[in-house]
Amino acid sequence: MVLLAASALFMAGCGGGGGDTGAAPASSSDAKVTVEWWNISTTEPLKSFWVKKVKEYQAAHPNVTIKNVPIENEAFKAKIATVTQSGKTPDLFTTWGGGVLKQQVDAGLVKDLSSEAATWLADFTPAALSAYQFDSKTYAVPHDIGMVGFWYNKKLFNKAGITEPPATWTAFIDAVKKLKGSGTTPIALAGKEKWPGHYYWAYLAMRIAGLPALQQAAVDDDFNKPEFIQAGVKLKELADLQPFQKGFLGAGYGSTDGQAAQVSNGKAAMELMGQWAPTVQKDSGKGLGEDLGFFPFPAVEGGKGNIGDAFGGGGGYAVGVNAPPAAVDFLKFISSAEQHRQEVETGAVLPVLKGEESVVKDPNLSIVANQLAAATGFQLYLDQAYPPAVGQEVNDSVAALIAGQKTPEQVADSITQVAKSE
Amino acid sequence: MTRPALTDDRRGIVANPPGRGSPPAAPTARRRKTKGLLTITLFMLPALVLFCLLVLAPILLASYTSFFKWNGLGGLPTQFIGLDNYTRLLEDPVFKGDLGRGLFLLVMSLLIQLPLSLGLAMLLNQRMRGRAFYRLLFFAPYVLSEVITGVLFTMILSPDGGLANQILDAIGLGSLQSTWLAEPSTVMYSIFIVMTWKYFGFHMILYLAGRQSIPKELTEAAAIDGAGSWKQFRYVTLPLLGPTIRISVFLSIIGTIQLFDLVWVLTSGGPIHSSETMAITMFQFGFKRTQIGYASAISVAMFLISLVFALGYQRFVMRRDTEGAITTMRDQR
Repeated sequence: MVLLAASALFMAGCGGGGGDTGAAPASSSDAKVTVEWWNISTTEPLKSFWVKKVKEYQAAHPNVTIKNVPIENEAFKAKIATVTQSGKTPDLFTTWGGGVLKQQVDAGLVKDLSSEAATWLADFTPAALSAYQFDSKTYAVPHDIGMVGFWYNKKLFNKAGITEPPATWTAFIDAVKKLKGSGTTPIALAGKEKWPGHYYWAYLAMRIAGLPALQQAAVDDDFNKPEFIQAGVKLKELADLQPFQKGFLGAGYGSTDGQAAQVSNGKAAMELMGQWAPTVQKDSGKGLGEDLGFFPFPAVEGGKGNIGDAFGGGGGYAVGVNAPPAAVDFLKFISSAEQHRQEVETGAVLPVLKGEESVVKDPNLSIVANQLAAATGFQLYLDQAYPPAVGQEVNDSVAALIAGQKTPEQVADSITQVAKSE
Repeated sequence: MTRPALTDDRRGIVANPPGRGSPPAAPTARRRKTKGLLTITLFMLPALVLFCLLVLAPILLASYTSFFKWNGLGGLPTQFIGLDNYTRLLEDPVFKGDLGRGLFLLVMSLLIQLPLSLGLAMLLNQRMRGRAFYRLLFFAPYVLSEVITGVLFTMILSPDGGLANQILDAIGLGSLQSTWLAEPSTVMYSIFIVMTWKYFGFHMILYLAGRQSIPKELTEAAAIDGAGSWKQFRYVTLPLLGPTIRISVFLSIIGTIQLFDLVWVLTSGGPIHSSETMAITMFQFGFKRTQIGYASAISVAMFLISLVFALGYQRFVMRRDTEGAITTMRDQR
């Protein structure tokens, strides 16, 4: 008998793991409502900025409580993955769009904002919105955007006799040779973290195959087209010049001897990196100050892409499908032109609304903001845009190509295989 | 006539070992037995529930999801694919590489790390000045967290300005300088060195404890019989250290199968998968590629390898060590 009771308890104990009941809070217009908001603003200036904004909103809407939950970037990714796996989301949460958001949308976890927010979504730039749109529906509101380009050391370029930043691939290869000849490491690369390497292949694919081809590949899962192989060939041409620092395959990005530090301490002449590069350079080394410059990824002769096409990503907020209406209302409040202008003024984010570029004060970020405002097209980071498995395979294969362990054909082939199996 | 009585008697003893000496009284014994069970259940229950929730349930859940193609989203997995994840696993060059690299680390540990620890333990068992200090010094790396160790050694092994290369340069061996963690051919050796640095102190303390439990009289007797220090070690100390060595080998192997943190911080499995372990491959597929089904299959494979090894090792290698414990239990029962 006792044994039976014990085993019954045992079973009950086991069963408890599966059934989790976490109903969304019921909401009506007058009743007290709590909106749980997960964001990644754990550092200043945004951390206290949001505390202030939440107070302002709650003062105007006494029945609404905004539960502001800032979570560190990597911890956030792990935490959001866990809750979405159990079929729930916070009411409002940070998203980077692309493949991850698409998976959440397909699982029916994210609210379609296209009609509800149609009036105010129209104020955002198309480049900023593109990461959150699938089948012409919008699933999140952008708050930040940036792009990848070459951050270079003007002094070292001068020393190597390069008078102006290269605008074509041929000029770029030539500049790399000149830099090498002058005794400088041309490019710093974090090989341990594979994402910085994928920027090269992605940009080459954009320049050679063009943006529509990359979007098409997401649909037909075919990366074996000659243009994609050509992107690999060009990248191999660069890698064969051995332009990267010694031991780059084991180098991190932001560590004391990583990619950013190499450029920051004047050891390497340039890096291909996003808009955050100047900040990380300052944090991990001496910083270049006035010597730091920016130029967009060069055009490839005969390619279908335009040098004005930008590659990058940003961040925004998505609304959970069971969130109370107050969640959308709060999102509308923080996304208004007046509020977002203040957010840009903190220096933490770049403009996502039309005509906001002039607000940016930092000279380097101002270049990026103007490039983005004039962008002829926009492509989200491939490891964000495609389903995670495909994105990681791009990173993995390109890393192998740079290390000389895969041919351009093999890269195209392995990405295609993973894309087809997803 | 005597025979049935004898069997009866025996049965009585077997059934009621605690009631030896007193006449067998079945109802009392049963009650006592029930009471015993009740006590056991009561005291076991909290641990049992926790074990069930935190160990058994995840294992069962992972085994279940390993039969599905699942990205982890939308409630429960639905796309049943049978053993496909497992066949894919056996064809995956990275996973096969993981097994090879695991074996490499295992063999290196058994051949180099454990003998080194044993040697140091024997040395530090001698009377010498500052013995306690050395023991503390050698044990210190084990106290550090794996992440701190990893960060420390990424700095030491850094290609330019790293301590390792600077030392080589200073002693005139500049030609041996290398990009330790960035070279597919040297990365596993680098990782093994870091592992050894981190864990030899732990095994050393185990051996030291084992050595100190060996009575002095035995080695003294051997010495009187004319055994030199090598023979004393070989024929007295080493055999008596057997149980300690077996447990240390066991811990070392299980640790190697599950190796993650140290390698993750040092190389993240790179360059180009050349230092990846099973746990890292699992992490990559589970959390980076969100192929939860396939990652579950890897975790089940890891679990099975550990389980089969642990059971086999206990059955065949540690039989003599565990026998005592089991016979004692039988006696008390």
